[in-house]
Amino acid sequence: MLFDYTTLQLIWWGLVAVLLIGFALTDGFDMGAGMLMPFLGRTDTERRVIVNVLGPHWDGNQVWFILAGGALFAAWPMVYAAAFSGLYIPLLLVLFGLILRPGGFEYRSKVDDGRWRSSWDWLLFAGSAVPALLFGVAIGNLFLGLPFRLDADLRSFYEGGFFALLHPFALLAGVTSVALLAMHGGTYLQLRTEGVLRERATRAARWMALVMVLAFGAAGLWLAAGMEGLRIIAMPRGESVQPLAKSVAIVDGAWLDNYRQAPLTLLAPVAGFAGALGVLLLSGRGRGVLPFAASTVAVVGVLLTAGVSLFPFIMPSSIDPVSSLTVWDATSSHRTLSIMLWAAVIFVPIILLYTSWAFRVMRGRVTEAHVEENSGSLY
Amino acid sequence: MVDAAVVDLSRLQFALTALYHFLFVPLTLGLSFILVIMETVYVMTGKPIYKDMTRFWGKLFGINFAMGVATGITLEFQFGTNWSYYAHYVGDIFGAPLAIEGLMAFFLESTFIGLFFFGWDRLSRVQHLLVTFLVALGSSLSALWILIANAWMQNPMGAEFNPETMRMELASFSDVLFNPVAQVKFVHTAAAGYVTGAMFVLGVSAWYMLKGRDLNFARRSFAVAAGFGLAAVLSVITLGDESGYELGEVQQMKLASIESEWQTHEPPASFKLFGIPDMQGRETDYAVEIPWVMGLIATRSVDEPVYGIKHLVQANRERIVKGARAYGLLQKMRAGEASIADRVAFNEIKDNLGYGLLLKRYTDQPSAATPAQIEQAALATVPNVPVVFWTFRLMVLAGFIMLFIFAAAVYFCAKRTAGDKRWLLKMALWAIPLPWLAAELGWITAEMGRQPWAIGGILPTGLAVSSHSVGDLIFSLGGFVLFYSALAVVEVWLMLKYIRKGPSSLGTGRYHFEQAAA
Repeated sequence: MLFDYTTLQLIWWGLVAVLLIGFALTDGFDMGAGMLMPFLGRTDTERRVIVNVLGPHWDGNQVWFILAGGALFAAWPMVYAAAFSGLYIPLLLVLFGLILRPGGFEYRSKVDDGRWRSSWDWLLFAGSAVPALLFGVAIGNLFLGLPFRLDADLRSFYEGGFFALLHPFALLAGVTSVALLAMHGGTYLQLRTEGVLRERATRAARWMALVMVLAFGAAGLWLAAGMEGLRIIAMPRGESVQPLAKSVAIVDGAWLDNYRQAPLTLLAPVAGFAGALGVLLLSGRGRGVLPFAASTVAVVGVLLTAGVSLFPFIMPSSIDPVSSLTVWDATSSHRTLSIMLWAAVIFVPIILLYTSWAFRVMRGRVTEAHVEENSGSLY
Repeated sequence: MVDAAVVDLSRLQFALTALYHFLFVPLTLGLSFILVIMETVYVMTGKPIYKDMTRFWGKLFGINFAMGVATGITLEFQFGTNWSYYAHYVGDIFGAPLAIEGLMAFFLESTFIGLFFFGWDRLSRVQHLLVTFLVALGSSLSALWILIANAWMQNPMGAEFNPETMRMELASFSDVLFNPVAQVKFVHTAAAGYVTGAMFVLGVSAWYMLKGRDLNFARRSFAVAAGFGLAAVLSVITLGDESGYELGEVQQMKLASIESEWQTHEPPASFKLFGIPDMQGRETDYAVEIPWVMGLIATRSVDEPVYGIKHLVQANRERIVKGARAYGLLQKMRAGEASIADRVAFNEIKDNLGYGLLLKRYTDQPSAATPAQIEQAALATVPNVPVVFWTFRLMVLAGFIMLFIFAAAVYFCAKRTAGDKRWLLKMALWAIPLPWLAAELGWITAEMGRQPWAIGGILPTGLAVSSHSVGDLIFSLGGFVLFYSALAVVEVWLMLKYIRKGPSSLGTGRYHFEQAAA
């Protein structure tokens, strides 16, 4: 095998990050635009413009999420097992939200009835807003630690309820996530619509950028004020991962360790802020490419901030720190990581290639006139 | 010990969500290739009616596809949410095909489906045909990887238990890929999907013909479906027979249960056409048998036996005893108390470890199980015989009825008299539910026939579940029932609405309702 186990484990942390960022960047603007749609679109045609901007791509975009799930299963099976069974109720709510979205796109305009269409608009709103909020809440809870432990057979037990997840810090992370994705959706709509709709999208993106900067900043201050984090004291390394063999300490401010040790990682939060400020300043100017690019930088920056702060932890435990899952002890075997790396190296570029082609084919602004002319065939 | 109610509810939820997802998948698999055929004819002949056919059946395809996507997401995550010990125990192997499915197939299908609907005016004819083909290819590749994963549950290969990580780990990826069960299952299942698409188009077209509407459109659609359907149903039946042979090799208990064969008889074994399986008395009443057939299907010979359930239970009992010992040695090893002799002993019998885990249903300490518990566990290695016996037979019956309909449709299409055979048209219409029925029944046979195992011989279903409370499961199950029922109503209503409108829904001005209005 080309890479040693530790290197592969590190590469896979990067690959999972790439998939999650791919998800946030593509499905993120779908969700953002879906959240904004009932507010930005005041007439049926205006709303249809938004739905048809997203129409050709929402399904492909959503595969980033599904692929991230599959990759967690293959590369971090213990995380897949412990996180999804532990966060059972929130994940189900996310799934219920996502179940509504295909109907919102595909069924909405197939019946010419105001109530039917406005029902689907709100279901699409819920199907976008609920996952966006809960993803943030989940990430916030990773910083707080989740109440789970592993027994000697490595079966995971989760000892907490749904409402315990709604800690103020987690809610702050939820607000950050909603604002971030809504901002991203707003900038995408600037790029793909025109006229009054575009103006409204510009305003929404600016407001959301402001909320995002404030919430992200507040979360950062909370961490800097000395929130408890975990630090690895000893970690046995071998060809077999043993999650219960490490020793872990609870330390105030440990989530800032990586920034102290490698100041270059500060680029992640800086990108988060700079991107959002870019959206504030650049929205409404030019063709809309720059605000979207700025928003992209913000999304990448915010996600990397979460990843870098927690690294090497993936899923910290609040009730039994030793059970915490990390990059070094929650992965698949050396062989599986190696095979899956090749699968990713071959297929991810191919995916990027044809996805870009699909966006190229569908490029340009969707107009109200276009929607009205093609009423029978469009979404 | 895991709460039995949690196991039952988790199984019920998985079964419901999988069966429900599989209402939409087969139609996607089949209809996508029918769209490819129709559009190919359009590109080659340039006749607009074939473009209309592609677009109309494509509309119905889209209504169905949305539901397939909505319900598929659940399944990708359900191994983690509800089967988390399974995810830990075999994720090293099982996760890979699921992830590759996303990389290779699902992205392809989902990216190009958007261009299929939105790209008509932006792509050249050949480019659009290529897009349609990639959607079809993506959906079939998706089925391939899912069935590689499923086949590994049925017949796990290329994996080894690692006592340090307390899980199965990949030993040979090519063994997982080229699992013979995977190949047979893939062709059988994908072809069943093609049959579903064909039956759908055949039945709906027959309805237009019975109504005397849009005859040119309906006749052409009928002919495409008849040809494609006949080829597909023949592959389903051939590969179904091939699965019987694979079962004879690797899943003898499932085969014996499908046959409700309690005793091992002198070869060649006969096939039961009918019978009433009796689980308590361990016999089959009123059996009507066809001599030789089962022996030929399962062993491809006339002199090899097909083992009966009682014989297999006896063999399982021996493995449970060894497995209980293996579990005891494993505990010593994990506690760091094992001698070298213990490790050697463990390696000799570790293939039976899964059988030892079967005892976990009755005791927390398998190595100290009583003979009564071992007997109980051995008897529980028999699946629900009446269910698999009957679901299997009804599936086969549905398959042969469809074979007859497609064969007749092809014959009369060739004679150009299909439109006059009202009995055939009516039969095609009423047969629309059959492929779905067959697919769901087949799934029940395959998955209930594998019980009590989540992974054959390796991980019992009862151990595979997450540690949830009954309340959590009632919440999720209730949510799924609510959401899925509501969506099913919407989907079927929308489907019927567009079927009634027919190609007039395209707004080209060439079809029935538009002509009547003009």
